[in-house]
Amino acid sequence: MTTTTGELRPVVVGAGPAGVRAAQTLVAHGLRPVVIDEAPRAGGQIYRRPPAGLAQRTARTLYGFESKRADALHQAFDALQGRIDHRPDSLVWNAQDHQLDVLHNPTRGTSRVPYSHLVVATGATDRVLPVPGWTLPGVYTLGGAQVALKFQGCAIGRRVVFMGTGPLLYLVAYQYAKAGVQVAAVLDTARLADQLAATPAMLSQPAVFAKGVYYVGWLRAHGVALHGGVRPLRVLGDEAQGRVTGVAWQDGNEERMLACDAVGFGYALRSETQLADLLGCRFDYAPLHRAHLPVRDAAGRASVEGVYLAGDGAGIMGADAAEWAGERAALALLSDNGVAVDTARAAELERRLDRITGFRHGLERAFPVPGDWAAHAPDELVICRCENVTAGSLRRTIADAGASEMNRLKALSRVGMGRCQGRMCGVAAAEILAHATQQPLQQVGRLRGQAPIKPIPIRLVPAEGAGA
Amino acid sequence: MTTTPNALLHRVAETTGREAVHFTLDGAPASALSGDTVLTAVLTQCAQLRRNEFSGLPRAGFCMMGACQDCWISTGEGERLRACSTFIAHGMALVTGKNGA
Repeated sequence: MTTTTGELRPVVVGAGPAGVRAAQTLVAHGLRPVVIDEAPRAGGQIYRRPPAGLAQRTARTLYGFESKRADALHQAFDALQGRIDHRPDSLVWNAQDHQLDVLHNPTRGTSRVPYSHLVVATGATDRVLPVPGWTLPGVYTLGGAQVALKFQGCAIGRRVVFMGTGPLLYLVAYQYAKAGVQVAAVLDTARLADQLAATPAMLSQPAVFAKGVYYVGWLRAHGVALHGGVRPLRVLGDEAQGRVTGVAWQDGNEERMLACDAVGFGYALRSETQLADLLGCRFDYAPLHRAHLPVRDAAGRASVEGVYLAGDGAGIMGADAAEWAGERAALALLSDNGVAVDTARAAELERRLDRITGFRHGLERAFPVPGDWAAHAPDELVICRCENVTAGSLRRTIADAGASEMNRLKALSRVGMGRCQGRMCGVAAAEILAHATQQPLQQVGRLRGQAPIKPIPIRLVPAEGAGA
Repeated sequence: MTTTPNALLHRVAETTGREAVHFTLDGAPASALSGDTVLTAVLTQCAQLRRNEFSGLPRAGFCMMGACQDCWISTGEGERLRACSTFIAHGMALVTGKNGA
């Protein structure tokens, strides 16, 4: 407790809801954090702001019921200008010895940013369970379909099917329909019975629950076909021409088909944990998230001293929770360094975060990941879209080489070794491995993160052992 | 909704009051709007960004948020750009391989 704040060089990675609130809290206590973010403007994915020239839509149009929260977060960040060192368009691609390697995307310039303490708020991407045809142009994640609309004012097609499960499924369908795009259908792998069973737990966040009910009701009232309990069979299309022509799905004993020219799909979200991994944080299997996640205490402290985790990057809890977790983590960073903080506020934030856990369990019941996905995945299904590794080749590798752990499977099959480093295929490969070896998901382990955590120009990679 | 016959993406908002940006697409002159990503600029004109090295089949991105690395596109000089997170600029020469390359 002998540090003075002048010696602290905190760095916040990510400028979504968690990162912005963390930075704001540090500034409020007299610190000047570096804030590094891949996006050109702060807001994260959920509150992503369009480029400056695209200013015709109001916050209400862009963010719907979330517009007040989006506005508040953007204003909070804008008010920090001059009091933080903001590095937009910048990717942290490595971390070692209290230094971050940072690539500035537009100029391809690289720099080393030292830190004394780190708030890791790296967010999430869609959780993907592939379906045959998912590599066709015109098939995007649900989050991707939303980014096209929000960030670029574009729709992914003229007649779109949304498929998978999770809260984003109905939200994105609603946003597309509101934007005048024909939504051919919403195909949910969860059943209405799942959603009804989850209602008591979800009522702990009545406002969030009400929004979900509203989207479903609005879609139904506007004649959008909603099908529950489906099993997606394939995206139809011409592979050589690269066009989507429809989707096929199993509805009970019946196979059904529908014409469309684009598909948005996903199964809720998965955390971006590569940076926490490079930092040496301890991971544990988290059954609620069906994933191995970096361990943190109630305040956000990771297992590595000086590292704090906040937001969806450490477990999917949603944007509101991310704001609270970002603030809480910053308060922990401050008090760990002898700065006086409002302990009642810290306790209140922890109470809120604890309460949202019950709601989160409800969401998982309402939109369960289809547990039989791997059993139904055909051998010819492409799992790794980077390197075209199929389910069949994974199964052969597992059977022939006796691979029972993810990194072994990666080494032998190349799954997760491509440019995305398993972000798109890792969830599915783990499901295939667990199913093929009859192990619980937690036993198959997780793909280890490796630097560079995203592709960088080859000339920037330092030679082995070259040091700083 | 503004539409080009072979386009994958369709503009449904923010269609006016933006400057035109001129570039070339597989050697032919093309124009986009300022504030477009390279992905938007290309896929509002055609239906692919590149071909996958392993399958040889067309690809047009997937996650739109810089994670999946599916949206790389080549420039005339052989440089690779991540189309979803690079803005279109005057004079860019972009090559999709849609003509069989």
